Amino acid sequence: MLRAPIKTGLVFFPAFDWAISSTHPEREERLLYTQDQVFEEGILDVEGIIEYKPDLATYQDIRRVHFCAPEESRVVTESHLISAGGAKKIASEVMQKKIKRGFALVRPPGHHAMRVVHGCRGFCNINIEAVMIEFMREVYDIGRVAIVDTDCHHGDGTQDIYWHDPDTLFISIHQDGRTLYPGTGFQHELGGPTAYGATINIPLPPRTSEEGFLYALEHAILPILEDFKPDIVINSAGQDNHYTDPITSMNFSAQGYAQLTHLLKPDIAVLEGGYAIEGALPYTNLGIIMALAGLDFGQVREPDYRPEKIRQSKDTSRYIEKVIDQTMDYWENRLHLGEKARAGKQFAERERSIFYDTDNILETQRERLKVCADCPGALAIDSKTDSGYHVYAVHVPRKACSHCKELGYEWYDAADVQEFDRVFLQDRSQNQYIAKQG
Amino acid sequence: MIIGLDVGGTHTDVVLIGQDCILRQVKVPTDPQNLLDCVWTGLAEVTRDVPPQDIRRAVLSTTLTTNAIAENKLVPTGMIVCSGPGVDPRCYKTNDYFYNVSGSIDHRGREVQSIDQMEIEAIASRLRSEGIRQVGVVGKFSVRNPQHEIQIRAMLGDDFDHVVLGHRLSGNLNFPRRIATTYLNAAVYPLHKKFFDAVKESLEKKGLHIPIYILKADGGTMSLEASLESPGQTILSGPAASVMGSLPFAAEDEETLVLDIGGTTTDMAILLRQVPLLDPLGIELGGFKTLIRALKTQSVPVGGDSVVRLLGERITIGPDRQGPAMAYGGPAPTPTDALFVLGKTSNGDVGAARRGLQELADKLGVGVEEMAARIFDEACFNILNEAAKMISTINSKPVYTVHELLEGYQVRPKEILVLGGPAPHFAFRLSRLTDFEVHVVPQWQVANAVGAALAKNTCEVTVFSDTERGIVLAPEENYSESVKRDYSKEAALELAFELLRKKCLAEGASQDEMEMEILEEMQFNMVRGFHTTGRNIRVKVQVKPGLIPEYKDIAQTLFNYCPLPS
Ligand SMILES: [Zn+2]
Ligand SMILES: [Zn+2]
Repeated sequence: MLRAPIKTGLVFFPAFDWAISSTHPEREERLLYTQDQVFEEGILDVEGIIEYKPDLATYQDIRRVHFCAPEESRVVTESHLISAGGAKKIASEVMQKKIKRGFALVRPPGHHAMRVVHGCRGFCNINIEAVMIEFMREVYDIGRVAIVDTDCHHGDGTQDIYWHDPDTLFISIHQDGRTLYPGTGFQHELGGPTAYGATINIPLPPRTSEEGFLYALEHAILPILEDFKPDIVINSAGQDNHYTDPITSMNFSAQGYAQLTHLLKPDIAVLEGGYAIEGALPYTNLGIIMALAGLDFGQVREPDYRPEKIRQSKDTSRYIEKVIDQTMDYWENRLHLGEKARAGKQFAERERSIFYDTDNILETQRERLKVCADCPGALAIDSKTDSGYHVYAVHVPRKACSHCKELGYEWYDAADVQEFDRVFLQDRSQNQYIAKQG
Repeated sequence: MIIGLDVGGTHTDVVLIGQDCILRQVKVPTDPQNLLDCVWTGLAEVTRDVPPQDIRRAVLSTTLTTNAIAENKLVPTGMIVCSGPGVDPRCYKTNDYFYNVSGSIDHRGREVQSIDQMEIEAIASRLRSEGIRQVGVVGKFSVRNPQHEIQIRAMLGDDFDHVVLGHRLSGNLNFPRRIATTYLNAAVYPLHKKFFDAVKESLEKKGLHIPIYILKADGGTMSLEASLESPGQTILSGPAASVMGSLPFAAEDEETLVLDIGGTTTDMAILLRQVPLLDPLGIELGGFKTLIRALKTQSVPVGGDSVVRLLGERITIGPDRQGPAMAYGGPAPTPTDALFVLGKTSNGDVGAARRGLQELADKLGVGVEEMAARIFDEACFNILNEAAKMISTINSKPVYTVHELLEGYQVRPKEILVLGGPAPHFAFRLSRLTDFEVHVVPQWQVANAVGAALAKNTCEVTVFSDTERGIVLAPEENYSESVKRDYSKEAALELAFELLRKKCLAEGASQDEMEMEILEEMQFNMVRGFHTTGRNIRVKVQVKPGLIPEYKDIAQTLFNYCPLPS
């Protein structure tokens, strides 16, 4: 009988009755063959692998992370609450030490969902990893968290949520934004002035194969994690880097994913994208589960796996080496660069447009951050959609100083309900969430 | 008249049932070395002076195969396994003569690598030279495409007594369990065949023409002939017999917890409105996890003979038994001794029971009656706690749709049915300690044999269709056809019911036993490149466990004992 050396929990929620639309990549069929493979391999009978039913996340869980406009019930469906609840369940079991590691194999995904949510973008409505992490912070009082996003797309939602949080290291490794949605995740994106270097982006060129991913892991991700010393490592385990994925151009494999998981040793993995539902997902998920549980994954491979056919070119290898050198350069100089970014500033502002491709909404945001020497700083977001919906959202960080806390409430009080459809205040230092409207 | 016979660990219980009551009940000691003799002695005693033509059927529940597995007395069996990539199949090695061969099928049922005939022939000749007579053949995903198993079967030729193919035993996905199930079915075959032949021969010799049925672990019956096809299904029929015997007394519109309190263990089961709950996967026995359908039962190591100890101030019960209760000459105090001290039982040495408990009472500084009450309550609480855990496990069983997660059915029994030796005493105390409605199963001493006698046939059929590949198949039924792209779930269900009806009849069921229902019905649109290219359909139907219709309505009165003149 097979026994897992590392006790591993699994929430498997394929949501067989939920789809964005009937032919959308996020459809009922997505995890069907993965379930077949996992069931047929007898993974759930392995001693030391435990399957859990997902919890249902609550609006309160979501309010620790998001500003849902106009309110949660308009942008969040039950399937999102289950998907986030699945991640939450795994987190609870890990925190209570009932399992050593866990994998939330759930859908729909979440890493494109930003702090302000007007709708669905990149198939995501709410950020399930962030909901899980803030739940862990609230209930289990954990501090430093590292998220390693290995989805092929830049995890722009997670980046947005933790852009100003120096205690959350966000590393995204993805296909270069010049060649793929969402078109961001360049190396110079390193976090806001009070959290500089806590965001790391490693864009890889199309057709990167196992070699390139593992090179980036060993020469950048692992050393950076070593330096950062997180209390917990989360892997946003998207699987669309696979050589058969229909919407991306990378050459990663099930062996590669398993190897990456084996080396990264995440405490919790959360499924993100991955749309080669027949040729990749059954094998990549099997590989990831086995690697998490410490089982020998040496014989896990796709029926059409020919490593020599997907091997990256020498040029690609050289290019990746340069990218990694640059990443490490940024990382080693992050304190100095951060000081420069803050220099003399009272407030930092940024303006951008955010496109919700799934729901076809264009949002314009103006963000204002108090550049504080004592805390990550109060943050205000003025957000307007192309249909004219206008909200004002104030975020007071978990470790806000008393000055920033006051400032946050001042901003909230001063916001005119005639000018905005909704005004929100999310005070993470006291776990408060309030809203007002005209 | 019908006969029910249950071979237990120490006793074999036999009942002869008439139109409205138990006509005869017999208990003969079980001789594990000679189970067939127990069966004959039992049958001979209940049928004495009864004209054979008056007996409609006899249902047997035996421990033959269960014991063979538990005692590791299985015949050498060749296992030929083709796994392809994935988990290393050597992790699932069941026995010596276990060969992993080339050949691989993917999750859609497409061939990835073909079988190597030379390899199979070499293995066959090695098995022959080792004198192996039974062979099991199992492929990963063989329930999606059984061709490799069928090809290997053909290559093995007629040189073996019995070849078992994995896909014929269950339609469920689980390769390691398919391996174990195939192995057990192959390895218990000779033993079961010997039993089968002996029963046949004896019936003939005595001129008895009684149809013989065998009880299965899922609480259903199959004809003796059908049992040759899947002897594995006879494993662990014992617990099912008792559960079936308690069925007539369960509330029609409630959920019921059944407790069978024995000497060393208490077996628990759940009834949902008189239908026993099945295990979602299958039997686990002797280190094997299988796909053999079974009732969901759970054993708690607390029984009348469990040893009572003190752990500091705390009373512990079991998990071991060192012998009978002290009142019956045993070495250590037990819950049964507590019953003696409390004056609930008196047909033994009350003094010995008191002496045993006194020692514990002194340590706690309480009176011996108080000690007895505490022990008895502790036993009750142990059982209730385990029952609560089992129910919570059942309710936290993962589901895979939003609908099921939100609307999922939750088991909340309000009633307990108790059977087994100290049943009345436990029932009385449990009703005081809890809010459950508690009842004792009448004639609980023979409820197991009555359960066997009354059980009707059960069956399950799985149908799978992949219309992009243009196939529909029912692996267990050896059925496969080609279909068009517009083949629907409705058509698959119709086919499943038709196959189920056939299977029932083949297993010896009568027309009116076939209460069929849908267990699972799923249909997925298969989309490739934004176009629908086919449908993936999964359907499972069953005849649920229950009592034979003509006895169902009078089942309650059957438990009256109105003995025939002896
Ligand atoms: Zn992606
Ligand atoms: Zn501050």
